[in-house]
This record gives sequence, structure tokens and C-alpha cells, in this order.
Amino acid sequence: MNAPMTSPWAAAGLVLRRDLALAFRRWEQVTHPVVFFLMVATLFPLALSPKPSLLADIGAGVVWVSALLSSMLALESLFRADVEDGTLEQLTLSGQPLAILVLAKTVAHWLLSGVPLVLASPVVATAFGAAGTAYGVLMGSIALGTAVLSLIGSVGAALTVGSRRGSVLLSLLVLPLVMPVLIFGARATDLALHGDPSAAGPLWLLGSMLILALTLTPFATAAALRISLE
Amino acid sequence: MGTWTWFHKLASPPHFYRIAGKMIPWYAIPAVVLIVCGVYGGIVLAPADYQQGDAFRIVYVHAPAAWLSLLCYTVMATAAAVGLVWRIKLAHALAAATAPIGASFALLCLATGSIWGRPMWGTWWTWDARLTSQLILLFLYLGYQALRSAYDDITKADRASAVLAVVGVVNVPIIHFSVTWWNSLHQGATVIRAGGPAMPPSMLIPLILCFFGFTFLYAALACVRVQAEVLRRERNAHWLQDAMGARGAKE
Repeated sequence: MNAPMTSPWAAAGLVLRRDLALAFRRWEQVTHPVVFFLMVATLFPLALSPKPSLLADIGAGVVWVSALLSSMLALESLFRADVEDGTLEQLTLSGQPLAILVLAKTVAHWLLSGVPLVLASPVVATAFGAAGTAYGVLMGSIALGTAVLSLIGSVGAALTVGSRRGSVLLSLLVLPLVMPVLIFGARATDLALHGDPSAAGPLWLLGSMLILALTLTPFATAAALRISLE
Repeated sequence: MGTWTWFHKLASPPHFYRIAGKMIPWYAIPAVVLIVCGVYGGIVLAPADYQQGDAFRIVYVHAPAAWLSLLCYTVMATAAAVGLVWRIKLAHALAAATAPIGASFALLCLATGSIWGRPMWGTWWTWDARLTSQLILLFLYLGYQALRSAYDDITKADRASAVLAVVGVVNVPIIHFSVTWWNSLHQGATVIRAGGPAMPPSMLIPLILCFFGFTFLYAALACVRVQAEVLRRERNAHWLQDAMGARGAKE
């Protein structure tokens, strides 16, 4: 009776392409979090002191806190527009596994909000006096970290999308859950900036957290979305 | 099916409302007795610590509060998962009733730890692993409460917060280990030594009494709060109006 169903992964690819296409037409959705990231990083030298020795000490932490806040800001938009115009309801009813579609949306979100931060992070690190040799670990840790943030954050975004109180609530839910990411990410960056070869340790831990988040959070996000849409 | 009838019966609000009411004295009286005995034993009978003097006696509140804050999170997440899977409203009510109790114990643990830290370490707060993970646990409770209060619809609040509680309980061990490693990476000598000298029985027995006392206290508080939750949720139900009806009609 039915036409042959699209396979789940093909459907996920379509969702990914759609989200990217939408974002490229509304470019500020991508650029605003990056500008926010740069601004927050600017606040620290202004608030503390421009002494190079101090800046070198706090550089890793500043990059990470700024990236964390910026990605919190971007999370807000993950599901909201799609809930408002009914797209998400259609996705839920499409007969495809919602967890996979949600994973595709989260990947799109990471490509749009995480990758720009990865690209911008060397700029900030340089401003805090980092040596060029550390950029690989820095960008790798930011890439892994923002991916975990997007995945854990998607659960929070799905839980709050049905309520009227937006981003503050979202941050309250997500920030305690992502503190381990901050700990290991900042640690890896800090070790790399100081030329310590043991930076690989925290990076591996970040990677294992990413795998854990990748396997578990899509189901939680899908369940949360179903509750929010009821 | 026979084995499960007690379960279904327990899950029915009227039945549980009655049982909870009957159980309150059975939990509250042992709680009072145990806590009074434990605190008396701890403050009056136990000898002063050879290193910490009398200041260590705050452990009789501090350690049970820490234990209860973790127990409450486990109870909350378990009840939330049960509610989510089997759609038992009463389990959600238990989770909702437990969260503020757990948050209070977490806060009590932090406050007493801070008061204890002042004479011992010379500071109100130190970024020790245990303190930090306790603080994050408090934040988790606050997030849960915030999410609940964001929804007007109680069923939605139940199920959304249940997802958060389950996600949180997966995260608690990760947070604990990451904070421990973070700390060991940051500073060498930590103020709290793991293990430490074993406690003599005169110190240990009051502590055990307090542990059980606090646990009974939680059970009593949970019964009271679940009753209140049931009242709030079932205020339009017939059985409740029948139970309260005689008085309600006269007023």
C-alpha cells in the first residue's frame, strides 16, 4: 500500500541538508555565536589585567568558558523554530526513528555552531599569548568538546522547548551536566599551551565522553521532544 | 499476576495516601529517637578528636546530610524512571516530593562543611573534589526544580523532569570522577585525607545512629510530601472529596 520508505539514514541526510540550507540563508545564526565568543574572551583581559604572564595562565580557561557560553547561546535555536512552524511535529509523525532525525539535527547544529568556534579559537588563543605549536590540540579539544556540548545540550533544548522560559532555564539544566567537558577540555588545552605532551590523556577522555553522548543522548532527546510536543 | 497486585495497589493514589498517612509516625518516631541519641552520643559522650578537638562533632550532621543528598538523588531518578516507563503517576509524585528534600540535604551538607572548614582549614570554601561535586549535585537539584516550575501542566512537568533526572543520574558518576581527577591535577596536597585514622566505637556508634536517624527522617518527610503532592494532583478526584467531603460541605 505504501510507497517504499526512505531509509532512516537517508532521511537523516535530508534533515541535515535542510538544516544547513536554512542556516546558509540566515547567515547571522552562524555568525552571532562566534562574535559572542570573541566578545566574552575580550572581557577577561579587561576585567583582570593585560599582563602577558597572567593571560598565558588563564588562556585555556578563557577559551573554554567562552566556547561553553557561546554554545549555550546557540542551543536555544536548535528546536525552537521547527517547533513553532510545525516541522518537528511532522518529523515525529514521519514514521522514521526520531532519535536518528534528532541526531542529524544535532550534527547540523554542531557544524553551524561548533565548527566556527573551532576555527575562531586559535585567534583567541593567540591573543592570550599561545604558541603556534598548540593549535592542533586546541582545535581538536574544542571540536570534541563542542560536539559533546551540542549532544548534551540537545536534551536540554528538547526539554525546554515546550516551556515559555527560554535560555536561562536551558543554561540551568545543561551547565551542571557539561562541567566534566569543561574540566577535561580546558585541561587538555592548558597542557598543550604549556607544551606538555600529556595533553593526549584528557583528549582521549573527551573522545570517550563524545562516544557515550553519541550513543545515549539521541534517545533522551527524542523522548524529551515527544513530551514537549504532547 | 498475583505477585504484582500489591504493586498496582501501591501505585493507586488513594491506597498510597492512606498508607503514607499511617507510616508517618513509624518513620518519624524512630527518626527523632535515633537522631536525639546519636547527637547526644556525638556531642556529649564521644571523646574529643585528638587532632580536631571538639570541632569534629559537626560530622554527626555533615556526613548523614551528604549521604542523604545522594540517596535522595538515587530515589528521585529511580522513581522518575519508573514513572516514565510504566506511567505511574505516584512515582512521579515521589520524585517531585524527594527533590526539595534532597536539595535541602545537599545545602545542609555544604553549609556544615563550610562551618567545619573554617576552623580546620582556615577557610570557608576550598575547591576540593568532594566539595565541588557536592556543589554540582546541588546545581543538578536546582535545575530539576527549575524545569518542574517551568511547566504549568503537571503531567508534562513530571515527564520532562523525569528525563532530566535520568540523564542526570547517568552523569553523576562522570561528574564525580572528572572532579576528582581535575582536583588531583590541580593541587598536590588536599585538605581531606581519604580514609584517615579509623574511628573508635564511641565516635562511630553515634554516627551510625545519626545515619539511620536521618534516613528515617527522609522517609517521614517523603511520606508527608507525597501526601501533599497527592492532594494537589487529585484535588478533583471523587475519593478525595469523599474523604474530605464531610468537612468541606459544611464550610
